[in-house]
Amino acid sequence: MTASLALGPAPDVALSRINPVAQLTALIVVTVVLLTSLDVVTPAVVVAAELTLLPAAGLHRPGALLRRTWPLLAGAVSVGVVNVALSTHPSVVTGVGLGLRVVGLALPGVLLVASTDPVRLADALTLHWRVPTRFAYGALAALRLAPLLVAEFETIRLARRTRGVEAGRNPLARVRLLGGIGFALLVGAVRRGSRLATAMDARGFDSGIPRSNARGSVLHARDAWFVAGTVVVCVVAVALSVATGAWSPIFVGG
Amino acid sequence: MTGRVPADSCALPTDVARAQLSRNLPPARVVARGLGVRHASRHAWALHGIDLVVEPGERVLVTGGSGAGKSTLLAALAGILDPEGVEITGELTVGGRAPRQARGIVGLLAQDPDSQLVMTRAGDDVAFGLENAGVPAEEIWPRVDRALAAVGFRYGRDRSTQALSGGEKQRLVLAGVLVRCPGLLLLDEPTAQLDGPGAELVRSAVARTTADRSTTVVVVDHDAGPWLPLVDRVVELTPDGITERGAGWVPTPRAAGLRLPDAPDGPVLLAAEAAGFTYRGTATAALGPTDLTLRAGRALAVTGPNGTGKSTLALLLAGLRAPTSGRIEAAHELADGARRGGRRPDRWRAADLVGRIGTVFQNPEQQFLTGRLRDELALGPLRSGSHAATAHATAEELLDRLGLTAYADANPYTLSGGQQRRLSVATALATSPRVLVLDEPTFGQDAQTWRELVTLLAERRAAGCAVAVVTHDADLVRALADERLELQPAGSAP
Amino acid sequence: MADSAVRPSSHDVPGPAPAGARWRTVDIVVTAVLGVAFGVVFWAWNLAFGPLSAPLAFLAPLVGILNGVYLMPAVVAGLLVRKPGAAVFASTLAAALSLLFGSPYGGIIIVYGLVQGVGGELGFLLTRYRSFGWGTAVLAGVTAGLSTSIMDNSLYYSDLSFFGFKLPYTVFTVISSVLLAGVVGLLLVRAMARTGALGSFAAGRTRV
Repeated sequence: MTASLALGPAPDVALSRINPVAQLTALIVVTVVLLTSLDVVTPAVVVAAELTLLPAAGLHRPGALLRRTWPLLAGAVSVGVVNVALSTHPSVVTGVGLGLRVVGLALPGVLLVASTDPVRLADALTLHWRVPTRFAYGALAALRLAPLLVAEFETIRLARRTRGVEAGRNPLARVRLLGGIGFALLVGAVRRGSRLATAMDARGFDSGIPRSNARGSVLHARDAWFVAGTVVVCVVAVALSVATGAWSPIFVGG
Repeated sequence: MTGRVPADSCALPTDVARAQLSRNLPPARVVARGLGVRHASRHAWALHGIDLVVEPGERVLVTGGSGAGKSTLLAALAGILDPEGVEITGELTVGGRAPRQARGIVGLLAQDPDSQLVMTRAGDDVAFGLENAGVPAEEIWPRVDRALAAVGFRYGRDRSTQALSGGEKQRLVLAGVLVRCPGLLLLDEPTAQLDGPGAELVRSAVARTTADRSTTVVVVDHDAGPWLPLVDRVVELTPDGITERGAGWVPTPRAAGLRLPDAPDGPVLLAAEAAGFTYRGTATAALGPTDLTLRAGRALAVTGPNGTGKSTLALLLAGLRAPTSGRIEAAHELADGARRGGRRPDRWRAADLVGRIGTVFQNPEQQFLTGRLRDELALGPLRSGSHAATAHATAEELLDRLGLTAYADANPYTLSGGQQRRLSVATALATSPRVLVLDEPTFGQDAQTWRELVTLLAERRAAGCAVAVVTHDADLVRALADERLELQPAGSAP
Repeated sequence: MADSAVRPSSHDVPGPAPAGARWRTVDIVVTAVLGVAFGVVFWAWNLAFGPLSAPLAFLAPLVGILNGVYLMPAVVAGLLVRKPGAAVFASTLAAALSLLFGSPYGGIIIVYGLVQGVGGELGFLLTRYRSFGWGTAVLAGVTAGLSTSIMDNSLYYSDLSFFGFKLPYTVFTVISSVLLAGVVGLLLVRAMARTGALGSFAAGRTRV
């Protein structure tokens, strides 16, 4: 299965030095700016800036990059094409702009996933953004079960074969089999989750005492610079768009 | 290295946590008087009139068969019984307080390590308990390191928790429990899902870390033998109550007095020739080239350390995977009638497979498909082409044979572990296959279920089946196996 | 005495749901488990149907029929855990995790998860968190479907005609949501209850 499902140790790439909440802040800024504009210039500038960060996230090999992002590219192209084809005022430029917007919205997420791991993210969220610790670490504990689920999928599929149940060519039978396996996995996951909750409580998770954090999360100046840089890029993008007359905010016009 | 967690490692921050993890926390005294527990959904009392006193620092083993109430007693001590779901009579105190209030001083180690590990890295997981107590970060890591050393954990703090063997995982959980300096340590069959070496790892860690008597220990396990050297006292739970066992008591061997039917030798039904398996995308073989034959009327035990490919071999024999080298071939009389695939079981259609090779997985729940026992047993025959009436008749007969008639309409998931094991063996037998492949069938079974299973397998063998068992269970090998195949790690001489 | 020993430790109504609104650890973990499970489902679904959604959109706003899956975690979590916020938590987590597992649709997906969760939550809110049967399941399916189609229409299809695309798209999305999230969701929760996995929420599985 894919490496991302293995949830291994923290990736050690340049972008990891930026605190996850700084990356999230940047992501929110970019999302807001891109969502409010339908033109082609704004997303183009933002995407160009994001592309320069790809090597910093360890994503410089085109093969690996394509593997991670091909559904995104396909989706971007389709959004662009659909809007051009079905729109009341078809315009290739608008289509390209919308496609670029899809890419621009998605890339920060790709960068974030490639440069951080869930534990660091949980630490950053609970320490800096005051996300309730029980929810964050409860979610983290459940997340640890994910690779186990994936491994069990195959075992359960084989187990069904020993009971005389398999999919063959019939698509309906395949769906039923998948549904059956999915249900067995879900039941197993809920059971395991319940037992895990008991174990967590036995180690004091529900004691009501404010939790400390063994690993900590530190904000550096470079995090502020990162966010500032993102804001600058967005301002430049919008300014350029207004200057070239392409600016068309989403709530105005049609 | 004595393995003792030094007293000053339980030193505390100045807040509420101190009350629970206080310096030189005394080991707790456990007192039960006339304790009775009944689950809301059942009429019978799970525990009745239990009197038990465990002195501080003592190490006690609570043993007994399935259904005697061991798990209920443990849950009561741990304070995890749902107050709305049970009725409790009598008195039970831990360290002078009610169990629900005493939870902060009680540590619990249960069976399944994957349901107890919270974090992805070893050090983080041990630190989890200390974070919950609000211990400041700079105090946490020294204590984590000491706890890891005390249990003999072989790896560093950054080790991924998934990349550990079962025994190592349990040791890690133990470290995470002990780092909180519990006054009472409860162990719920912690070695039930582990192989021999893994179980030994855990037991030795428990022995080392509790040698200084700073914690009271209560172990609950139906398999008393291995725990005897570690504990001071043994008590046994039976449906009648609790009985103190004197010094020098030893449990009756499981196979005592077991008389198994003889089985005449028969023809070869399934053979493996230099069969090996390498998982796609990995470099090393999961199973090296292996030769074996399965004959009707004989039982083969496949043994060997973890990682030598025993379960993989079981998958190959069961026709669930095709060998990547060598071959697995069924005899003509076994393959006769298979619509597709000739003599290669992995190519047979599932409906043909189910009537020829019966397989039982380690985890019975993975093989459950329906919502009722009755349907579960009838499924195999129906799938292999029997008429509905025949299938249901077979199901009834098997239910009766295995003493599960009372549960005919129950959902398979709601059965106890021992019952689920019997059910999964029964479903494999329902289609009367001539070859049986079982992966660790006696895992975690108490003496009575063990005897029933072994007898059942011996009867099938006498009826002309070929039986292949992958197991760590030395008793099973001695009692049942006619032949034994010991797998070696790939690349070493046999 | 036989059948009395048999009755599973859960009744047929899913979850004992104690009266307090405080989230117990098991509530948090099981809701998160649902989020994780559906996160995996989303990742697989996106892989299978993501690229397909464009050609389908060409044919008709029928593409809305694919959306029901995304609304399942919210409704299932609400029906199972029955606490305020369960729908939002599960849906947001599922969306965030599908991102982690490899669906490259960007941070916007988390916003979607949040909005979808709120949509589902609205259905439960309207019945005051007192009823968890067919009526609420369908209602939550409707509110969730509306929430996601409004987002889609304003973000990705804003240029298209209302009656030609947006309205039919909304209708198809809501139908898909009611069927998958509402109907299948409730059936799923009830089936899980029958396995006994839900009854002992507090103490996990007892082996006796």
